[in-house]
Amino acid sequence: MNDASAQPEIHHLAPPHSFIRKHVFSLDHKVIGLQYYGLALAAVFIGMVLSWLMRLHLGWASLPIPGLQHFSQNGAPGGVITPEYYLSLMTMHGTIMIFFVLTNAPFSGFGNYFLPIQIGAEDMAFPRFNMMSFWTTFVAFLVLIAALFVHDGPPISGWTAYPTLSSIGKDAGPGEAMGQNLWAVSIALFCIGQLLGSLNFIATTLDLRTKGMTLARMPLSTWAWFITACIGLLAFADLLPATILLILDRTAGTSFFNPAGLVVSDTLQPHSGGSPLLWQHLFWFFGHPEVYIAIVPGLGIISHILPAFIRKPLLGGMRVMIGCMIAIGFLSYMVWGHHMFVSGMNPFSAILFSVPTLIITIPNTVAVLIWLGSIYGANLRFTSASLFCLGFISVFISGGISGFFLAQPAIDTYLHATYFVVAHFHFVMAVAAIFGIFAATYFWMPKMIGRMMNETLGKWHFWLTFIGVYCIFMPMHYLGLAGNVRRYAAFTDNFLLPLIPVHKFITVAALLTGAAQFIFLYNLFHTRWWGPKAPDNPWEATSLEWSTTSPPPFDNFGGKHPVVYQDAYEYGAEGPQDYVMQTTPGKASAT
Amino acid sequence: MASTTYPPAGPAANPGVAIPGPRAWPGARAATTPKMAATQTGMWVCVCAIFMSFAAFVSALVVREGSSTDWQHLELPRVLYFNTLVLMASSYTLEGCRRRFAIATRPDTETGGAARVSPLPWLYATIMLGGVFVTGQCLAWRTLAAHGFYLATNPSSSFFYVLTAMHGLHLLGGMAGLIYMARRLARSVTSMQASALSATAVYWHFMGLLWIFLFLVMAIRL
Repeated sequence: MNDASAQPEIHHLAPPHSFIRKHVFSLDHKVIGLQYYGLALAAVFIGMVLSWLMRLHLGWASLPIPGLQHFSQNGAPGGVITPEYYLSLMTMHGTIMIFFVLTNAPFSGFGNYFLPIQIGAEDMAFPRFNMMSFWTTFVAFLVLIAALFVHDGPPISGWTAYPTLSSIGKDAGPGEAMGQNLWAVSIALFCIGQLLGSLNFIATTLDLRTKGMTLARMPLSTWAWFITACIGLLAFADLLPATILLILDRTAGTSFFNPAGLVVSDTLQPHSGGSPLLWQHLFWFFGHPEVYIAIVPGLGIISHILPAFIRKPLLGGMRVMIGCMIAIGFLSYMVWGHHMFVSGMNPFSAILFSVPTLIITIPNTVAVLIWLGSIYGANLRFTSASLFCLGFISVFISGGISGFFLAQPAIDTYLHATYFVVAHFHFVMAVAAIFGIFAATYFWMPKMIGRMMNETLGKWHFWLTFIGVYCIFMPMHYLGLAGNVRRYAAFTDNFLLPLIPVHKFITVAALLTGAAQFIFLYNLFHTRWWGPKAPDNPWEATSLEWSTTSPPPFDNFGGKHPVVYQDAYEYGAEGPQDYVMQTTPGKASAT
Repeated sequence: MASTTYPPAGPAANPGVAIPGPRAWPGARAATTPKMAATQTGMWVCVCAIFMSFAAFVSALVVREGSSTDWQHLELPRVLYFNTLVLMASSYTLEGCRRRFAIATRPDTETGGAARVSPLPWLYATIMLGGVFVTGQCLAWRTLAAHGFYLATNPSSSFFYVLTAMHGLHLLGGMAGLIYMARRLARSVTSMQASALSATAVYWHFMGLLWIFLFLVMAIRL
């Protein structure tokens, strides 16, 4: 975009006064960002409790869980989880975590709050769409949670909702009547919300940058949100039609995914000629980019936070990291078939998907090497945020390495349905993204709520979580190699019985790691009301969000638009202070 | 690594730029403000997303057709040819509207010319043609139903209904945009509305092109 797009602009929106307009149906990107964050926080605790229930059942299959029978009489008679209810819990855990946590918090939450501020804008390009985006997502969440309370319970088809399990209705099992309908409607609504959000992110980044904020000067977190928006725009635009076709198969008698002659529960299904594989293609064409929708904001956030604590720019400059993220985004659309290696695809097709999957490890590896090379020899400031950055890099490497194995069809055929895959994607996508969220929370919360979080509690939170996640997910690699199948509610085969103690260990680790999250929760809420006041720039960082007050005023910069003179990460400067803010006039010279 | 000596850094060092009042800078015209540029960009991004959605539908159609033997070819209702012409005509009338809008908002005519060269009749014509198109699509549905082809009768008829319904829904969204523009233009015709009109036109023309694409796909594959 040319300089004209960075001209100062008039203020279109007046600050609201009523409680409803200020805190509920707000047009302010900062409030909407906090709303997304709050929604993700609620969702992650529900998802975590669901995983606790699953883990308890995997360790002690006949253990009655007190009170669970009141929650679902059919799913947990006497408090003991049935195999079908285990699948329901798994479906809800996956769906809640992928969509409402890993997409909502790092992208929609922090992105909404900080993207406009980091480019010097007063708000998103389309504040009303922004508000609609959140409330659509909120309704989607309520619709999904409603599945827990309908008569037949939540669906059992997993977050991937493979037909024919997901597409033929009540004959497929508990949760496949109303529960699966609610799931599909929820996902369709979520897609609409995300499309509105992505639209906003892209238009805002391209057109609302302040004077001097060239693309090359944008912080890496803004770049990551922009690239994620581009990925999400196409990914959710693919999932929405797929979900519509699924809903039609379930409710209107069409046969997009349902094959002919299917007999389920002794009932011949009235469908003809559909292709269950068609769903898999449509779903994974969304699903793999979705992995990067979850993790690319993390890459950007870590790349943004790390320089503030190592007090120097990232190795190789910004362009290499931006190139890595763009390459990851581009390649993410070429690898969806690696989720389908065991679907019976032609082995030559498998190779076609395997090669770009292996290639996509290159930009990821480059990103990791940049971080490690930048940290090497640096005078690292140990804070909760920087520790979570290091933790992010660690789990990203651990999970990424197992990806090398799974990218190869011959190995994946053996490992695909085992806990090895569970370990892989939890490390590389889920835990890594969560660590990114934690790093961002400790780094930006002083700006967002104007109060400093407790560093001692933050460090305790980090170490307990870091050790905990390794205790949970590292043993799963061995389980997978030993042939331990995933998605099973209980292990009764002889070769699986010796593995149950490992499951018990993982369960205990999961319970303790989950309990450690209450330290974070206490820290967050205590800080919100009683934390010490945060200065404007507590981390001595350079980007625009630190040049305004904590928290920022309604229009972000108090009636003015900042003018940008510097690159985003001018650390290590000579002079009275070792950093140069983006708003500081003067000319930087590279040495 | 950057290395330089600076005056004391921080927020106080940067005086910033005061935000001017409305149209405070000379020559503030269509799409010269960031918000206006964002409107245009947003519309193109929206078009990309919609195209992606229909690409997914169409690729599903191609895969579904190739994966089974139950595909029954349809004879497309003839009214679709008429509807196509109507939609193309609506794009023409919308361009007519934009031409008259441009004339009405030229600096030399902005004060008095608007009344003489009103873009509104052309916009009303566009809305009316959009309504005719939607009605024609409903007629096409009735024709198919009269021949016994309903949504679940055959995958080909399923895709016909899904594609036309989804396109129709998006077109109704476009008509809502046109009606919104008509209300704004009825109040006043000023250059500040140029980017909104332009974005609406991008959407509407895209709806026309999308329909031609879908019609071709359906004519060849269904």
